[in-house]
Amino acid sequence: MSSPRVTFNNKLLPYLLVAPQLAITLVFFYWPASQAIYQSVLREDPFGLNSRFVGLANFQRLFEEPSYINSFKVTAVFSIATAVLALVVALLLAVMADRIVKGRGFYRTLMIWPYAVAPAIAGMLWLFMFNPTMGTFASMLRSAGYNWDPLLNGNQAMVLVIAAAAWKQISYNFLFFVAGLQAIPKSLVEAAAIDGAGENRRFWTIQFPLIAPTTFFLLVINTVYAFFDTFGIIHAVTGGGPGKATETLVYKVYNDGFVNLMLGSSAAQSVVLMVIVIALTAIQFRYVERKVHYG
Amino acid sequence: MVQNNQGSRIVAHAVLILGIAVVAFPIYYTFVASTLSLQTILRPPLPLLPGREFFTNYATALFGGVGRIGGVDVGTLLFNTTVVALAVAIGKIVISILSAYAIVFFRFPFRMFFFWTIFLTLMLPIEVRILPTYKVMVDLGLIDTYTGLTLPLMASATATLLFRQFFMTIPGELVEAARVDGAGPMRFFFDILLPLSRTNIAALFVILFIYGWTQYLWPLLVTNSNDMNTIVIGLRKMISFADADTEWHLVMVTCVLAILPPVLVVVLMQRWFVKGLVETEK
Repeated sequence: MSSPRVTFNNKLLPYLLVAPQLAITLVFFYWPASQAIYQSVLREDPFGLNSRFVGLANFQRLFEEPSYINSFKVTAVFSIATAVLALVVALLLAVMADRIVKGRGFYRTLMIWPYAVAPAIAGMLWLFMFNPTMGTFASMLRSAGYNWDPLLNGNQAMVLVIAAAAWKQISYNFLFFVAGLQAIPKSLVEAAAIDGAGENRRFWTIQFPLIAPTTFFLLVINTVYAFFDTFGIIHAVTGGGPGKATETLVYKVYNDGFVNLMLGSSAAQSVVLMVIVIALTAIQFRYVERKVHYG
Repeated sequence: MVQNNQGSRIVAHAVLILGIAVVAFPIYYTFVASTLSLQTILRPPLPLLPGREFFTNYATALFGGVGRIGGVDVGTLLFNTTVVALAVAIGKIVISILSAYAIVFFRFPFRMFFFWTIFLTLMLPIEVRILPTYKVMVDLGLIDTYTGLTLPLMASATATLLFRQFFMTIPGELVEAARVDGAGPMRFFFDILLPLSRTNIAALFVILFIYGWTQYLWPLLVTNSNDMNTIVIGLRKMISFADADTEWHLVMVTCVLAILPPVLVVVLMQRWFVKGLVETEK
């Protein structure tokens, strides 16, 4: 970026070229975001007739609200479980794909399907299989004597949305792990093999440490995914229920803003989410863009 | 190349096959259900092999004119979703390639300011500004329009960053040569830069098409009328476990139809997709 580039000297053209993107960015990103910040310090009646400045009272109320604290916990459990599950399964499969010689392309083709499935549809697919009325697996679980009903039991609902969210993300992680594993110089693995290190030993002492940057990158991406992109799963499968057991932060912003019409609170929640995104993005660029190798 | 022994390779294949069974099963299950009659679906467990109602179900869902979600047929939903996915993908590519071109190949006041303005939108996903963005849409009269469904999704820092990164690898000599030959900036853009960016554009297209196709929160917000729904939202409205009248066999068909186009795009354009994915994000 600092290297002097050969450029065109046109006065007006560059402005015309950035204009479309800038216009969309300002109208649909910065203006609404600034409105969210502005409204987060106001309290408005539900009809939008009156509003007054209340400082940080909306935030204070928010963090005193048990259901908000609950949605923080729900989001934490949901995100961590989704990210870990999706990463572990994908890594296992990628390591196996790295060990075989023939058929890698075949496996990859079959592995990447779920990437193209919308999160909401992923949720629906899992609900088809596991809903108590007509789900095949639900009927199996119940005939095995297990009292399965994710529509009534909060923990089971959580398990179901985690499974759907993680399932959808396996393909993505798989592709990155495969690329990461292939980037490791073969000579390193060979040297270890000559020294008598078995497959597992080679994995834990060479491959795993060397793909740490990929793993870390994916951890951040998966967390962001679980935070934001899974709204469709929650909305389509559980609607935050039963009894707020799967109400994540993003679902709550939507619900409080659109369904309950609590404008000040919803705006304050937006601002909290903004802070979270900024933190996650900062982590991503601080550690991932520089491609730090650990150890 | 380390020669793994036969045994470990068999284990690897076994694990992979098991993995694929898990990964592909939900989709297969839906496909099977879409070929069964409603009665069979309501009596689990479902058979593992497709049934005989394939043609009946698909014909009913596609051409039967069943007024299921407020009288909207699957064709309309598919059409809407295709419009959204294509418009978002093409719009994003056009808009970001232009701004990346300006930022890399021109020097002008506020250049870096513009760059950062675009870059920082990474930190403002729709989820953090739901209500005010909705208000903007209402004020501009964009609810229930294709413009409303697509335009706000077209600004993307990621695509701009990708093009910028790629443009910076293009040697300055190329620009100089073009200038010596008397090519203006737009000529350079169309005759040299665009052909060079073909692979990047293809890769990005796949990813953005999927992105557009799978949108959920945004279409949910900006469409009120059923005939502007995308297929994902339409499906959500069809499903009701409390309602005994839900025609599950047709829901399953719709589900398969909602999954099929993006899956085909990913599988058929696999080469660009994988390249694009691994390179965009890194």
